Amino acid sequence: MNRIVTRPKITIGFIPLLDCAPIVVALEQGFAAREGIDLILVRETSWANIRDRLIVGHFDAAHLLGPMAVATTLGAGHLQVPIVAPIALGLGGNAITVSASLWEQMARCGATPGGNPRVQGQALARVVAERASAGAPPLTFGMVYPFSCHHYELRYWLAAVGVDPDRDVRLVVIPPPYLADSMRAGQLDGFCVGEPWNSVAVQAGIGTIVTPTTAIWPLSPEKVLGCRASWADANGARMDALIRALHHASVWCQDPGNHVELAHLLAAPRYVDAPAELLLDAIANRLSLRKGAAPVALENFYVLASHHATFPWVSHALWFYAQMVRWRQVEPQQTHLSSVAGTYRPDIYRRALRSLGVALPAEDVKPERFFDEAVFDPARPLS
Amino acid sequence: MGEPSLRILLVDQNAARAAILEEGLREAGLNDITVVREMHGLLRRIVDLDPDVIFIDLENPNRDVLEQMFQVSRSVRRPIAMFVDQADTETIRAAVESGVGAYVVDGLQKARVKTILDTAVSHFNAFNRLRDELERANQQLEERKIIERAKGLLMKERGLSEEEAYGLLRTAAMNDNRRVADVARSIVSLVRLLK
Repeated sequence: MNRIVTRPKITIGFIPLLDCAPIVVALEQGFAAREGIDLILVRETSWANIRDRLIVGHFDAAHLLGPMAVATTLGAGHLQVPIVAPIALGLGGNAITVSASLWEQMARCGATPGGNPRVQGQALARVVAERASAGAPPLTFGMVYPFSCHHYELRYWLAAVGVDPDRDVRLVVIPPPYLADSMRAGQLDGFCVGEPWNSVAVQAGIGTIVTPTTAIWPLSPEKVLGCRASWADANGARMDALIRALHHASVWCQDPGNHVELAHLLAAPRYVDAPAELLLDAIANRLSLRKGAAPVALENFYVLASHHATFPWVSHALWFYAQMVRWRQVEPQQTHLSSVAGTYRPDIYRRALRSLGVALPAEDVKPERFFDEAVFDPARPLS
Repeated sequence: MGEPSLRILLVDQNAARAAILEEGLREAGLNDITVVREMHGLLRRIVDLDPDVIFIDLENPNRDVLEQMFQVSRSVRRPIAMFVDQADTETIRAAVESGVGAYVVDGLQKARVKTILDTAVSHFNAFNRLRDELERANQQLEERKIIERAKGLLMKERGLSEEEAYGLLRTAAMNDNRRVADVARSIVSLVRLLK
């Protein structure tokens, strides 16, 4: 009798965004195969789909918004299904872009190309106040999902410069591929999104990048790999192999010698389906802020492997929860904190990478520092 | 006369695809269908039409826009049905039973579309009821706690008995036409500010 030996399969859903890079590279550069797993990647179009298909079991794992992993564990906004995030998929990669006309108004009020978030924010606050006293309708900002880093970074920035994100502006969800068109049609004055979608608006001459959100929150988190907790429990060895593959893929992605190849790989229609040169700029940590302007270097704009970029910091999960409470997406409950902390799983990350001799952080939490000098203390998340 | 048909809102920006879906649903015996091609003003349309199910193509990224609407405005929350090309019976069942929504296989297997949608709607309604009850219970618990804390503060600061403290809260609430829990919440947060 013939024995056919097949590698265990893992099906992963992803959204066509720059930060699906480690997942794509784990497959395309053979890191997954070397760990003995067969990756099957499925391109998805909306966060709600990806979450549902993860819950129902179409996917074993998924490219998830960090806050979405936490929200699903809590059952906020949708079904309650325990999700675990055993590895992060890099840091940063987001920016805030405004329309040509809003940029003109902000520049009149003191905003400067490449200015820091405080300068830009104060200019925006002046525009908002002027509009209010002139009786003009509030500005509309787009973001990609209610439980997303983009949403919370945008709100954090607005609130820190004195703009009430619920009263002074309107926030709406628009899927990334429609942001530039909505801005062109005059339905959006600004948006916060990951690359390449800021650069797409810049290239089209529709938008100006006001600030990368990494200037608001340096080394800020973004996507994670999410799995059902039950799947992670039942598939420990496969889980660990996948984490190792993603670790190797992330290191490969960050190597400058691989940036051009990575940009071309992601540009393919089956992955991100965007111009390779736009992707390359973000991968190489530089962005063109306005149409025709030379790209400027942005330190740590998109970090794939260094700075413990794949470590699932529990303080990230706690900060997301603090935002859900701050912006009244969830009613705080005693039991929430342990569920939130238990969604991010540095223990699995450590277990998987132990054999590789990778330098690991001593702690699972760290203080998070913001542009307005505020420090988030993970020991007192709701204070 | 058949039983009342499900009221369906079909959201699709692609006119040709919407027409095919609509025809398929009609052939499956579902006649109460409204097609919406614009996301703009969709919230208003949902309120006006009060559909039993919202149909959206799985390939449509605007599903995330719908999610936000459901979050902001609970009253418009509706079960979502989606088309997929290769869902087996097992995944459809899992999707429907988990409350995720309904997946309808591409090609609209006429005999089954209606059953799947009916089940999805009833599951969704059951989940929604449960969630509302849970939320109400949590809110009541939280309100009781905050009233206790406000009473405690009043007793300490003003040297009142428990009964007097509660009486004071209730009078303040009646005078301002507010709920006792809201008055209690203001007291607790004010005291926190003054400390």
